Amino acid sequence: MNIFDIIGPVMIGPSSSHTAGACRLGLLAAGILGERPRKAEIVLHGSFARTYKGHGTDRALIAGLMGWQPDDTRIPDALLLADEAGMEFSFIPGDLGSKAHPNSVLFRLTGENGNTCEVTGASVGGGQIMVTGVDGFPVELTGMLPALFVPHRDEPGVIALVSTILAQKQINIASMRVFREGKGETASMVIECDQPVPPEVVHSLEELGPVRLVRFVDRVS
Amino acid sequence: MKQDKLAWAKLAGEAEEKNLPLIEYLLERSAAQLETDKASILARMDDALQVMEEAVTFGMTGVKSNSGLTGGSAKALNEYIKATVNKERQDLLGPVAGSAVMYALAAAEANAAMGRIVAAPTAGASGILPGVLLSMREHCNIPREKLTESLVVAGVIGEVIASRASIAGATGGCQAECGSAAAMAAGAVVYMLGGSSKQIGDAVSIVFKNMLGLVCDPVAGLVEVPCIKRNAGSVVQCLLAAELSLAGVGSFIPADEAIDAMDKVGRSLPQGLRETAEGGLAVTPTARAWAEKYFKRIHG
Repeated sequence: MNIFDIIGPVMIGPSSSHTAGACRLGLLAAGILGERPRKAEIVLHGSFARTYKGHGTDRALIAGLMGWQPDDTRIPDALLLADEAGMEFSFIPGDLGSKAHPNSVLFRLTGENGNTCEVTGASVGGGQIMVTGVDGFPVELTGMLPALFVPHRDEPGVIALVSTILAQKQINIASMRVFREGKGETASMVIECDQPVPPEVVHSLEELGPVRLVRFVDRVS
Repeated sequence: MKQDKLAWAKLAGEAEEKNLPLIEYLLERSAAQLETDKASILARMDDALQVMEEAVTFGMTGVKSNSGLTGGSAKALNEYIKATVNKERQDLLGPVAGSAVMYALAAAEANAAMGRIVAAPTAGASGILPGVLLSMREHCNIPREKLTESLVVAGVIGEVIASRASIAGATGGCQAECGSAAAMAAGAVVYMLGGSSKQIGDAVSIVFKNMLGLVCDPVAGLVEVPCIKRNAGSVVQCLLAAELSLAGVGSFIPADEAIDAMDKVGRSLPQGLRETAEGGLAVTPTARAWAEKYFKRIHG
């Protein structure tokens, strides 16, 4: 924490968790998709489900998906502007389970070329966010650092292959979590880095045999 | 990784050990932490100050929130003071507190109306620092540079509070949001007027003495009622604390201990009084009736 976490952020009101946090969740979700979504189905849980319309949360979520920062003065008009830009979106109150945070969201996003992703996350207070699931894989992404999401075949050496490429490109790993669905099945790495990962490095990672897909998500402010 | 608890007494002591004026030490510390220089820190605080000014200006025009529940009090107060009070009697709050209240209301109403604000430390309390700072500039001729330096002091006080307690209503109630903002602003005022590190700490402490136990009970869960008026009340607490401290009255309980007390009190507040809209004013008949109509309206 630093003084600009206290005197800041600059944001559109009224609420750090319901407006600024929601916007950042949208930004991170669109970042995971890799592009501005053409279509967004947004399932809201708990307190978010009850309050989203009045607290501006719906506008903030869409603003984030549009790629806007939490202090963008267009946020109050986000629904209108997103509609004009051709984004198809819907809000569905739902139940994301008893363990889900009261301010939880599930995004089902579709890109221009049919590229899709499912992102679950929560606005955990003070504008902070936590993405807890990407395409069904548990993750812990705060959006504070650039991050790589690398699903792959669970076999020996994959972590070493990935980390070697990053090391060669002078990209420092700040944190890494590895999960797997089952031994020998699909696994995933979530790697937070100190530096953004350039497209050619993402491409090199994608070329590795056991690697399924690579998503790079830059930090959200 | 959990951060070590900060302490105001320790920070003040470190500045003294290094033979540095407090502000220089605090700037140095932040610059090192953020891998930047002092000038950049001050420039960024100046940007924040500018957003605060714009929020106040926006609010003073009489903005209304989307819900329609709030808006226009800053403007109404301003017009009343000009038209009635100045002609017939002394204003009850005096010039400094009077303006601080008005500007705090304006910025808080701007927040409720989805205006652009600085969360300081949170959006719910975003009227307090602007209210106080803009009033100090207007009535006490504080130069802009001093204001931005005072924001650094306020920021560090907030860091101490966040590390020992909380700045979130959901965790500690309104004492943690508006209370913290008022404590930060009180420290800022004492700094601006040349008070010592100890006096800054005393002002922080006195704010909490008067705001301990303040609950978070927002009507319909919105950041409007009673939040906007609590921003106004908080600036008065801030100025009270600053004046007492500068007068040398001091605080029996030191700042860090008062912050710890706020933490414990916050944890003992029932969930219903911690931003869940399930207690206090949020469950009064008037609030319930309004909320019921409001939710029906927005869900169509």
